[in-house]
Formats: sequence, C-alpha cells, structure tokens
Amino acid sequence: MSKRRPRGRMLHGLHSRIVTARVTLWTLIVPPTVWAVHFLFAYLWAAVSCEKAGRFASFPVLFWAGTALALALIVASALVAMVQKETPGDPPPHDAGTDTDRNRFLATATWLLAGLSFAGVVFTALPVLFLLDCR
Amino acid sequence: MSLHDQDDPALRAAQEDRLRKVWEPPSGLFFRWTDTNNNRVGIWYVLTAFCFMLFAGVLALVMRTQLAIPANALVSANLFNQLFTLHGSVMMFLFAVPMFEAVSIILLPQLLAARDLPFPRLSAFGYWSFLIGGVFVSGSIFFDAAPDGGWFMYPPYTTRTDMTGLGADIWMLGLSFIEVSSVAAAVELIVGVLKCRPPGMRLNLMPLYAWYILVVAVMILFAFPPLIAGDILFEMERLLNWPFFDPTRGGDPLLWQHLFWIFGHPEVYIVFLPSIALFAMMIPTFSQRHLLGYPWIVLAAVGTAFLSFGLWVHHMFATGLPKISLALFSAASEAVAIPTGVQIFVFIATLWAGRVVWSTPLLYALGSIAMFVIGGLTGVMVAVAPFDWQAHDTYFIVAHLHYVLIGGTLIPLFGGLYYYWPLITGKKLSDRLGRIAFWVLFAGANLTFFPMHFTGLMGMPRRVFTYPAELGVSGLNLASTIGSFLTAAGVALICLDLALSPRRQKAKRNPWHGGTLEWLAHPDDENWGVRSVPLIESRYPIWDQKDFVKKVDEGRFFLPDAEEGRRETIITTVLDARPLAVQRLGGPSVKPMITAVALGSVFILTTYHMYWAALVGSVATLAAILWWLWTGTAEIPEKDEKPIGHGIVLPLYLSGSASPGWWAMFITMMADATAFSGLVFGYFFFWTTHPVFPPHGAGMEGPGVFWPMVAMTLMLAAWGLTVAARTANRRGGVGAARGLLGLGIVLSLAAIGAGLAGPWTTALAPSLHVYPAMVWTLVIWTTAHSGVAAIMQGYTLARSLAGRMTPKHDADLRNITVYMHFMALTAIVTYATIGLFPGVA
Repeated sequence: MSKRRPRGRMLHGLHSRIVTARVTLWTLIVPPTVWAVHFLFAYLWAAVSCEKAGRFASFPVLFWAGTALALALIVASALVAMVQKETPGDPPPHDAGTDTDRNRFLATATWLLAGLSFAGVVFTALPVLFLLDCR
Repeated sequence: MSLHDQDDPALRAAQEDRLRKVWEPPSGLFFRWTDTNNNRVGIWYVLTAFCFMLFAGVLALVMRTQLAIPANALVSANLFNQLFTLHGSVMMFLFAVPMFEAVSIILLPQLLAARDLPFPRLSAFGYWSFLIGGVFVSGSIFFDAAPDGGWFMYPPYTTRTDMTGLGADIWMLGLSFIEVSSVAAAVELIVGVLKCRPPGMRLNLMPLYAWYILVVAVMILFAFPPLIAGDILFEMERLLNWPFFDPTRGGDPLLWQHLFWIFGHPEVYIVFLPSIALFAMMIPTFSQRHLLGYPWIVLAAVGTAFLSFGLWVHHMFATGLPKISLALFSAASEAVAIPTGVQIFVFIATLWAGRVVWSTPLLYALGSIAMFVIGGLTGVMVAVAPFDWQAHDTYFIVAHLHYVLIGGTLIPLFGGLYYYWPLITGKKLSDRLGRIAFWVLFAGANLTFFPMHFTGLMGMPRRVFTYPAELGVSGLNLASTIGSFLTAAGVALICLDLALSPRRQKAKRNPWHGGTLEWLAHPDDENWGVRSVPLIESRYPIWDQKDFVKKVDEGRFFLPDAEEGRRETIITTVLDARPLAVQRLGGPSVKPMITAVALGSVFILTTYHMYWAALVGSVATLAAILWWLWTGTAEIPEKDEKPIGHGIVLPLYLSGSASPGWWAMFITMMADATAFSGLVFGYFFFWTTHPVFPPHGAGMEGPGVFWPMVAMTLMLAAWGLTVAARTANRRGGVGAARGLLGLGIVLSLAAIGAGLAGPWTTALAPSLHVYPAMVWTLVIWTTAHSGVAAIMQGYTLARSLAGRMTPKHDADLRNITVYMHFMALTAIVTYATIGLFPGVA
C-alpha cells in the first residue's frame, strides 16, 4: 500500500490515475530530457545574447522562469514515479516477471533519474547566478 | 507439438539435424566469407579491431622511442605528426568503437537467447565497410600520406590544400565510411535489444549488458551524425573551396570544433560504457549473487548518456568563448561525475555483499576501476575552466585521457577477453599467464602515464616531436618510454596466451558458474545459437529457474525446430517481451560484401578526386542496395503463421511499428535527422557570428522566397500522397495506391528542381562567402533526400506491381512512410530557414 493515504476525492482520483498510468521507456527519459532542453536553451541564450547583444539582461527573468519550470516538471515526474514505485508488491529488487514489478522497476529508475536531473538543472543554473556578463 | 513430444530422442535428433543444416556455414575459399551468422562475423570483427589496436600500439611505441631522450632524431617532425594522428584516430575509430560493436554482435544474441540479431546481413555489411575503410586509413602511413592534423583535425590548417596532402581527405572520407558502419551497427543493436528478447524477458529482467548496449547505441545515433555533418562541410571546403571554416570569407574554424566535439565527447562514453557493461556481467558471477542496485545502473547508464551531450565545450575552454558558456559546460562536466561514480559504487557494493571468487577476469576488472578512478579525478580537475587553461594542450591531458581510456576501455576489454574466451572457443585462457600479463600491463601503463601528469604541469606541450633538455623533463619522459615498452610486453603476453589457446583442452560448460543466458553456450557449440528459445522468469535464469539448461537443451522451450528450412528468430514486444512473430533471417550472401565494396569505392575514389569513377561507384552502390532489398527483405511467407511450441502460433510477417524493419527505418532516420540538425546548427551558428546575416553583395542575394516555398509545397504534397497511398493500400485499393505513388514520384522529382532553382536563379556563389555555401549545402542535402524519396516511392510501386507487396503484406510501404515523415520535416526546416529566415533576420 501507498504510505501516504490520499486525502479527498479529487486527490484520490489523481492518485489512482497515476497508479494506472502507463510506464514506458519514454516516461523513463522525461526527467533527463527536461534537463537537456533546459541546458540547450541556457547555452543558446548565453551564446546568442553574448554574440548578438554583447551582454545579458541585468535580471534574466525568462531564464529563472524557465529554470523554475524545468525543476517543476522534474519534481512532478519524480512525484508520479514515487507513487508508482510504491504500488503494492514485494520490496526491491523488483525482479519478478510481472507487470507490477516491471512498472515498479521503471518507476524507480525514473525517480532516480529525476534526482540526477534536478541536480543537473541546479548545476546549470548556478553559473548564471554568479556570472552575469560575457567576458 | 506438446511438451511430451520432446521426450522422444529421435524427434530431438531430427530437429537438431534440421537446425544444423539450416545454420550450416558456407564453405569454400571465397564463399566462407559470405557468412552472416553473428558468431562468425562477430569474431572477424573482434580480430580485425584487435589487429588495428596492435598496429596503433606500435605507432605509439615509435613515438615513445622518439621522445625517450631530448633532441632525438629518430623520426622527422612530419612523420611524428602522422604517427600521433593515426595513433589517436585508429584507437578511437578502428579499435574502441568497432570493438564494442564486435563484442556486442557476438554477445547480444547469446544474452538474449536469440538465434541471431534481426539483420545479420547488415552486420556483415558493417564489418566489410569497417575492414575496407580501416585498411585504407591505416595503410596510408606506408605511403607517407597519413593524416597529420591530429585526431580532431582542426581547421583552418587542415582545410588548406596547400598545407596538407591527401592525408586529410583520407581521414575524412575513410572515417566517414566507417561512421556509416557504426550507425548500421547501432540500428542492429537497438532493434536487437528492443525486439529480439526471449519471451518473458521484460525490461526489468534484461541483462544489464543489454541495457548498456541500448543506451550506447542510442548515443551513437546522436553523436556520430554531427561529425558526418562536419565531414560534409570539411570536404566541401577541401574539394570545392566552399569557405565554411575560412574566416576571410565569413567562415569560422570554431564551427568544426563544435561539430567535432558534439561527437567527440559522447564518444568517450560510447567507448567507456560498453566496457563497464562487461563488469556488470562479470561482477555478479564472481560475487555469486545478483547485482545490487539494478535500477541504479540504469540510472547511471541513461544519466551518463544524457549528460555526456552537455560536455562538448569543455574541450574548447581555451578558445575564447564567453565565460558564461564555459561555466555552463563546466557545471555539466562536474555533474557527470555523479552517475559515473554511482556505477562504481554499485560494483563495489555487490562485491562487498557477495562471496568473492578471485579470478583473472576479476583482477582485470578491479585494476581497471583503480585506473579509471584516477583518470576520472583528473577529469574533474580539467572540467574546472581555470585549471584547464593551465593544463590545456599539455601532457597532463595526455595522462588524463590515457588513464580514462586504458582504465575505462582497454583493461576492461582484456578482462572481458579472459571472461568470455570460453564462450567463444570453449577453452579457458591461462590464469597464470593472464595474471602475469595483468601486472606487467598495469605497472607499465602506470609507469607510462603517471609521470606525464608532471611532464605536463612542468610545461611540455602535446604533439611536439622533441623537446630540449633544458625543460627538465628528460627523466620523466624516459620513465614514460620504459613504461610504454612494459605495457607492450604485457599485451604481448596476452597475445602469447591467445596463441597457445588452440593447444589447450576444452573447458567444461559454464566454467565461471554464471547465471545469465550467454552461458548456455556449449564448448562444442553448434551454429544455431540456442537450441530452443527459453521463457525467462528471472534476471539470472541459469541460477534461479529449475532445470533451465536441460530444458533449453532438450528443446522444451520455443522454436526448437526449423521445419521449413529457414533461419528464424522470435520477435517480441518492447516492454514485456510478449511473442509477436517469427522473423525469417537472411542467410549467407555475397550481397553485403558487394555493397560494402561499391560504397567503399565511392569514398576512396573521391579521395583521389576521380569523380566520374566515384559516380559509377555510387550507381553501383544503389544497384547493389536495391538488389539486396528486392531479393532479401519483406518476403511474403509461404504460409501466414507457424507454431513455436506450447500452443503458441505466431505470424510470419509483420508490418508497421511492431516490425523490426519499421524500427530500423525509424532509428536510421533519427540519425539522419541529427546529421541534418548539425547542418542547420551551422546556418544559425553563422547567423550569431555575423553582425549582418545574410550578408549583402553580388552572389549573396538569395535564394528568395518563391522557389523554396514551391519546393516545400511539392515535397509536402509528395509526403501526403505517400501517406494516402499507405491508407488506400491497406483498405485494398491497390490501383489507387499505385496511382498515388506514381504521382508522388513526379512531385518528389519536381521538388528537386524547385529546390535547386532557388540558389541557382539568384546566382548564389558558394565559394564567395559562407552564406551562399551554407544555403547550397542545405538545398543539396534536402534535394538529395527528395531523390531518395523518389527512389523509395518507385521501389514500392515496383514491389506492388510485381506482387511482392499486397494490402496485407505492406511492410515496404509502411517503412517508406516513416522516411517520408522525416523527409517532410527536413523540407519544412530547410525551406523555411533559407526562404523565410532572411526576412525576419
């Protein structure tokens, strides 16, 4: 059973939808893909504004909004994965040939990747916090 | 057939006779080389890559001898340049990457209990391409024509034909040819892992080696194509004088560095992950327990794969890019240490939790982890930009990269050699010789490369053919040279051990007591791979499933027979490996070899500027491919389905997204789209580096809006017609489908004319400036794809007319539709970029 009992009908509905949602190789790569997109845009934004404008915005609102969005997506993916990896069944290592164990394995891996991607996005954001010019 | 039928020894013997006959290798002086079975092709591949490694090692010994004492005159500066360029290029392109493909071609079908990979002839084609390209590139040094611009071939010097000879062309075209074979291998391995697993082997039960191979093959798809795009620009500059990297005409040498390192950095992980994957197989065996932290390994592999694409600029820290860019890449470079560390901790934890059986392969594994950690730590150092500015282009980097590659690739492969030799030959290598070789190799490698950290910090640059005694690095260099010969002695001992192998007794089956499927292999193995395809219920079925080996051997699982005399394997679903179909596999054939020779001739003749002959080669290649496809693919079976045992009946024909062919097309097009995005990146890169882009002036005003829009419309219509033809054909409207395809051919061909008309009518002069050159390149890329679209539509139309494609058997049409989706996307991006972007810029 899930450790947290969902409160209210709406939350319960959400919870059961998450539990029954399809877990695939594509959902596995959602968190690192978010990292990749965030990283790519951070790089392009820095490269283009330095080359074309010669400087950054003094307070890059768009960058921080994008970073917050990326982190939110990663956290959402982690929460979904957490609910899914806690669906009833044996404790890890999730190595039985059942749908449940396959799902719980993929959810665990997604959850771990979300952790790494979160750290990755924070790492990418740090330079912008400290360096705000193009030298 | 019921289970009890298999109790009859006479039935089993009859089945075995049929299997043996079907999988019989071709014989004869020439025809034995037309084999396509993975166990043969894989071994040729491994041996060839091993020979290239020895060759590149000898080049390194010559270099170390030259550097043993200051002001040495053993080799000239020019020859030294050729030596280090070829050493690096051969080790990376002809040893590390092909070796991973080779090992996977041998191991993967065994690990997945498949009779073979889904496209055996594609593997054979990849091998012959690799052999031809490899010999061409390596042989150049014997004619004093080897490339001499370093393994990353930085322009602008290398693109100047007055400063470099044929070497740069040989590097560029020879290795492009090999990149084709790498992409072919990636397609084969991805489809193999996703679609050829045995029934029941769900994603959570897959051997970790297969996880790593899946990840690495996907990385190849995204890493190699940018280099192919770079190669195209590079050769356009050398052969046609189009100024992509020439700053005097608007070009920029940094573009090459970007494209090269978008390939080059993931490349490091492409050669590292498959080697560490061998550990993921060895360590459970020698700990005699399941690997701890299975999802953590998946995290590490997938996480490394993603992060490795955000590191490329750390090779360019000293190029004067804005500090903020450097910092972003520095941050990602530090982040990649996390997943890399995770897998090492997983291995240590597994050993800690298990009962360790000391063995020679494990010794190699542990030694390599030690070396790799040292290389990894210096990697964290050079990922910090200010430190890198001090160490850049010095021997410190040489030390770092060799620790990483020797610890992360070479020694693990030797460990794998000792571990898997019984699988391939049925015999074990000598534990005693192996351990002596290990210690000699380990001591030698450390003696060679550890002093280089200091040599570099004391100021000795890379790639110098000699140095003055006053620099104070003579002692360190002599130590490195002694170490290099010690390393070579270690490798020689391993070679001696291999050479003694034929004289040794066969080992018993599964000599290390492994738990994974590859150890089903018998010392006197048959060519059929696995006697029957098992039902998998565990990650370590040999350990966990009762009477597993016996049941496999007695044919009590699936597909124990070859009633129709065809080579076959089972196709399953991606997530849960539910059986979908039985795939008929290509047998021995001369076609892959002929196609490789024809394609090789195109690259080699172009190197020598023999363009007419190269054109003949291109036509021959196209003819060979069409012949191969027409006679060997999407064959309509003689019956719809066949039983595979246990009451399961599977179809013999698949089309659409369930079929391996569809996946192969999809994966190939992902690589194609990545190469294309490399070219588009080039266009926008120049937009950022020029204050006014597109520039103004004679020969630079174009291509206008009209013709690009016409070309885009025509191509989109051709796409729509193909999609409509697919739907019509499916619904039984064969005549309508043929009509739509016919019209599609006309539109695809018209799109070529309209596409070229844009830059042609506005007289864009590509050798004048980088802008027209870039526009022409994008247009040529896209119209060439329109040409391929027309050929595909024509091929499918012909298949339909010949009765080889029907409403039910429509794999050809389904597959070319995938191509057309990507084609439409390419046309939209190209024509919108060249036609509309100048208006908004």
